Amino acid sequence: MSRKMHITMTVNGKEEEFLAEPRELLIYTLRERLNITGPHIGCETSHCGACTVTIGGKSVKACTMFVAQADGADITTIEGIGGPDDLHPLQTAFKEHHGLQCGYCTPGMITRATKLLEENPNPTEEEIRFGMAGNLCRCTGYQNIVKSIQAAAAEMAAAKEAAE
Amino acid sequence: MKDEVTREERIDNLKGMGCSRKRVEDARFTQGKGNYVDDIKLDGMLFGDFVRTPYAHARIVSINTEEAMKVPGVLAVLTAADLEPLGLHWMPTLAGDKQMVLADGKVLFQGQEVAFVVAEDRYAAADGIELVEVEYEELPVIVDPFEALQSDVVLREDLVGDGGTLPDGAHGPRKHHNHIFTWEAGDKDPTAEVIAEADVVAEESMYYHRTHPCPLETCGCVASMDKVNGKLTLWGTFQAPHAIRTVVSLISGIEEHNIRVISPDIGGGFGNKVGAYPGYVCSVVASIVTGKPVKWIEDRMDNLMTTAFARDYHMTGKIAATKEGKITALQCHVTADHGGFDACADPTKFPAGFMNICTGSYDIPTAYLEVDGVYTNKAPGGVSYRCSFRVTEAVYFIERMIEVLAIELNMDAAELRRINFIKKEQFPYKAALGWEYDSGDYHTAWDKALKAVDYDGLRAEQAQRVADFKAGKTRSLMGIGLSFFTEIVGAGPVKNCDILGLGMFDSCEIRIHPTGSAIARLGTISQGQGHATTFAQILASEIGLPADSITIEEGDTDTAPYGLGTYGSRSTPVAGAATAMAGRKIRAKAQMIAAYLLEVHDNDVEFDVDRFVVKGAPEQFKTMKEIAFAAYNQAIPGIEPGLEAVSYYDPPNMTYPFGAYVCVMDIDVDTGVPDIRRFYALDDCGTRINPMIIEGQVHGGLTEALAVSLGQEIAYDDMGNVKTGTLMDFFLPTAWEVPNYETDHTVTPSPHHPIGAKGVGESPHVGGVPCFSNAVQDAFRPFGNRHTNMPHDHWRIWKTAHDLGLHD
Amino acid sequence: MIPAAFAYYRPTDMAGVISLLQEHGDDARVMAGGHSLIPMMKLRMADVPHLIDLQAVGGLSGIAIGSGGIRIGAMVTQSEIIADDALSTAAPILREAALQIADPQVRNMGTVGGNVANGDPGNDMPGLMQCLDATFSLIGPDGVRDVPARDFYEAAYMTARGDEEVLTAVTIPLPAGGYAYEKQKRKIGDYATAAAAVQIVKDGDICTAASIAMTNLSDTPIFSEAAGAALIGTSVDDAALQAATDAMQGDIDPSEDNRGPVAFKKHVAGVILRRAIARAWSRA
Repeated sequence: MSRKMHITMTVNGKEEEFLAEPRELLIYTLRERLNITGPHIGCETSHCGACTVTIGGKSVKACTMFVAQADGADITTIEGIGGPDDLHPLQTAFKEHHGLQCGYCTPGMITRATKLLEENPNPTEEEIRFGMAGNLCRCTGYQNIVKSIQAAAAEMAAAKEAAE
Repeated sequence: MKDEVTREERIDNLKGMGCSRKRVEDARFTQGKGNYVDDIKLDGMLFGDFVRTPYAHARIVSINTEEAMKVPGVLAVLTAADLEPLGLHWMPTLAGDKQMVLADGKVLFQGQEVAFVVAEDRYAAADGIELVEVEYEELPVIVDPFEALQSDVVLREDLVGDGGTLPDGAHGPRKHHNHIFTWEAGDKDPTAEVIAEADVVAEESMYYHRTHPCPLETCGCVASMDKVNGKLTLWGTFQAPHAIRTVVSLISGIEEHNIRVISPDIGGGFGNKVGAYPGYVCSVVASIVTGKPVKWIEDRMDNLMTTAFARDYHMTGKIAATKEGKITALQCHVTADHGGFDACADPTKFPAGFMNICTGSYDIPTAYLEVDGVYTNKAPGGVSYRCSFRVTEAVYFIERMIEVLAIELNMDAAELRRINFIKKEQFPYKAALGWEYDSGDYHTAWDKALKAVDYDGLRAEQAQRVADFKAGKTRSLMGIGLSFFTEIVGAGPVKNCDILGLGMFDSCEIRIHPTGSAIARLGTISQGQGHATTFAQILASEIGLPADSITIEEGDTDTAPYGLGTYGSRSTPVAGAATAMAGRKIRAKAQMIAAYLLEVHDNDVEFDVDRFVVKGAPEQFKTMKEIAFAAYNQAIPGIEPGLEAVSYYDPPNMTYPFGAYVCVMDIDVDTGVPDIRRFYALDDCGTRINPMIIEGQVHGGLTEALAVSLGQEIAYDDMGNVKTGTLMDFFLPTAWEVPNYETDHTVTPSPHHPIGAKGVGESPHVGGVPCFSNAVQDAFRPFGNRHTNMPHDHWRIWKTAHDLGLHD
Repeated sequence: MIPAAFAYYRPTDMAGVISLLQEHGDDARVMAGGHSLIPMMKLRMADVPHLIDLQAVGGLSGIAIGSGGIRIGAMVTQSEIIADDALSTAAPILREAALQIADPQVRNMGTVGGNVANGDPGNDMPGLMQCLDATFSLIGPDGVRDVPARDFYEAAYMTARGDEEVLTAVTIPLPAGGYAYEKQKRKIGDYATAAAAVQIVKDGDICTAASIAMTNLSDTPIFSEAAGAALIGTSVDDAALQAATDAMQGDIDPSEDNRGPVAFKKHVAGVILRRAIARAWSRA
């Protein structure tokens, strides 16, 4: 009944192929099978957003998706957003504006924010608070997260203008 | 050599105390490279998880593990019977009680650990759990502590002697088989006498509901017993790694040098990760039994239902005053619901924590406190959720009593506070319940806060709103929440404070490297507070090397000096002091080296930012970097090579941060929905090490306070079922529900702390909860409200309005 | 939280779905976004030995707006509803309601079909669809049939859909007049304490048509025909508002939960409905 499935997926630009039980949750696939431990587990009932990844261009909570559903998917995690040599403006802004404390929500928070800024490159404070409401933070009270996202938006707009 | 750099530039280059240095921790966290316990993956690692009872009170008739053992991948199912021969079926609690590791004959709260299934992966473990058959015989459930004290039902048969006698508990005589302790402070009879003769007495009962710290990362561990060399390594979410090492050694019999406890990155603690939980013990046993590493990670329901509740204090008070409003006495009684085991995380001599700070910021000459601890069929815990040992309860109590007294006196609550504050010149101030407040300037802070929010203007606006409401022009009321709090943090002096006999000092060890960089190790452990950033700042200012050249390391008991960990805002007051003191030892030796190099007497050089200079000849100097190199390459007569120091700091007193908060809230009378329009927070945490981090701590603490006061609770039904076991029902606000906060400060340094710092992480929670609550209650004061209990969720606010006839 | 093992299927056409449903009967469940079903499976409150993922089945996506009405495929997500400008012009209440469901990530997965077919009284779309007089298209072994949303819900998690049927689309007559979806909740991500969907048509100063449905105030969504009727022919003055809320109160039957006791919910339902009507009227 629970035969293993042949799964392929692209994670952070890399092709992955493996056998897995369909009930394996995508968050465990990423964290335990592929050793991509940036996305975290906070609530397991799709409330906290610590497990947020991007699938097919959309923000999704990986704790509430079976690996079977993600067969064939194109997935981006915090590890695919920017590294030491090519930091994303959000990664820089979160540090610059103290948008994190314990760091546990941060990968999901930044991953979600990358999509928010694609959907709305110049959001108001209210739009940021609404657009980030699927991600819980217990440390910061959100004020500096909002500030970080505003700063990154400004930075990205300036870079875009300079490029044009 | 000409010095091109100005003195100001040299100070800036250090990034020492007082600057908003960016956090060194952030690079790894923002790139997904944190290392939390669930990120640990070891060869052959097994997974353990619990069979938990659905019943809150039941006898265990039988446990059948046969079917579970047939699940492919399940390797073992541990029960109390397996742990008993090892003496590990029960374990000591931090409060002097004992607690079942696995259910021994009965269960006392829903979710209690009954059996531990060990399997090759988490899927097999989960399937195995489903197949463990436990037969229960249900027993009467008691979730109310007042009922518990009247009931014939014995919750803890293990604590009843032959013939029904009641042996003393860890804190003295017990009054009833469900009673744990009575703890007193102050003067009973004199307080009663003053109250009996007072002009005005206000009485109130209030319930500070049960809640939970709920860090985003749950608790967990990985235990790895290396049978070849006899060493146990235990990674886990430990706010006090050394204490865990000692506890594990004492209960397992493994010698302490053979145990290495490592706290990796911790995803928030807030008190949840202070205690020792059955999962840790079972993982260690399972690793010993199987010879393989064993991981145990709570899920969110486990976390909310079983580890580390907070509060659950039923408080009754009387406050006496002259008719002019000068407070003359305070009396407080607490019925404390500790659940099935007394596992409260308090210093050993303080079974009710520092509840005896409940005279607050006021000069109250006479006071008496009595706390009764009670067993019920609820989870054990009693941790300090973002506060120092019941200070949140104490401050909530006094700040509500002040409001009720103001109503009784028909007086403005801000003015009532002002005329009762301890005056600046009274410090150090000996409070009626025993503590000696080190420093404070309450009037200055209060005046600054009231001016910042235009308090008189707010009251005028509120009066207009009430008039409009009565005229039918609006259905919205306005509340002005005030709170003034004094914390007691930095536990603490070894003479008062220990945990399981371990004195609550803390420590720092510094090694300066030859090229002028350094590593410092501490007995604390950051859970988001930014220790790697701020402790390096303290050292930079103390030893004159740039903070960027100093690595801070915590959490590995094999390398860090012994310390009691991070909770109760103790890291800055205790470990921060140890850091400064160790830095001063470094500086003292550096002074001798500098004097030798400059060919002058030790007393003829003085420290200046990043160097020692010859007094009166500042062009003659040796930088700390040069001195560090000399310490390793020059044979200096009478001085050992190297530049290292260690300090164990036993603080002479607690520190007493304080603050003044104001919340302005609009309340929709018809739906009970509150809207926080403004929140102003003035904190005085003494010397400010990193203003950016302080502000972040204040934002976070206020948000947790908002949650607790406006909806967050662990609620039980009459059968002892937890009603709020997931984040659907357990209120953690999102960015949408949280306002922007205005932060402000005054600076009153601690006179006894080496750098004058007091700690701040918990202040906003301690001061915030009564401030939000007072705002709700103040909105209804013009209509006759005295007190309503938290959490002020929509329906309870609505009920207040309803009961006052505002829906008629 | 690990679910029990199951067999997973991703058929590419509806015939494949139906044959799996026929083969496995009660043991099979179809899944759209999974955000209702997966948490229940993880908590082992739902046992699903055979899980049929609809993501690859053709014909279940897309929003079509015609003169006769709006057809929304079952696999259209809440996010797609929000992002569709033509839809928001034709039926703005859909965007207003969808924005009040869950959070951005969940709206990316949560579908219209899943939301209406599941029968969870906490879901917002069922009441909304009753207000809009939508029709649900079901396909099963015996072919296709349409069920009005107002007849679809029987009890909590019990609907007119047969075990071997799949909900494929929602069809909505083009709504007219003013609209409002008003929801009180404890926080983002919560179900409603009370929610009201209102469509209202105004001719001069007189209400000529009104449709009202309530969410999470009974074990099914409540289409309150009487509440709507109480507004028709009035100028939606205080007396009419009172009559409408009184009529609605007669139709709902809330139960106590962590959001509050029955008296509170009833009171809030009245307040929320009044506000919804007032807002809809102001937009009519």
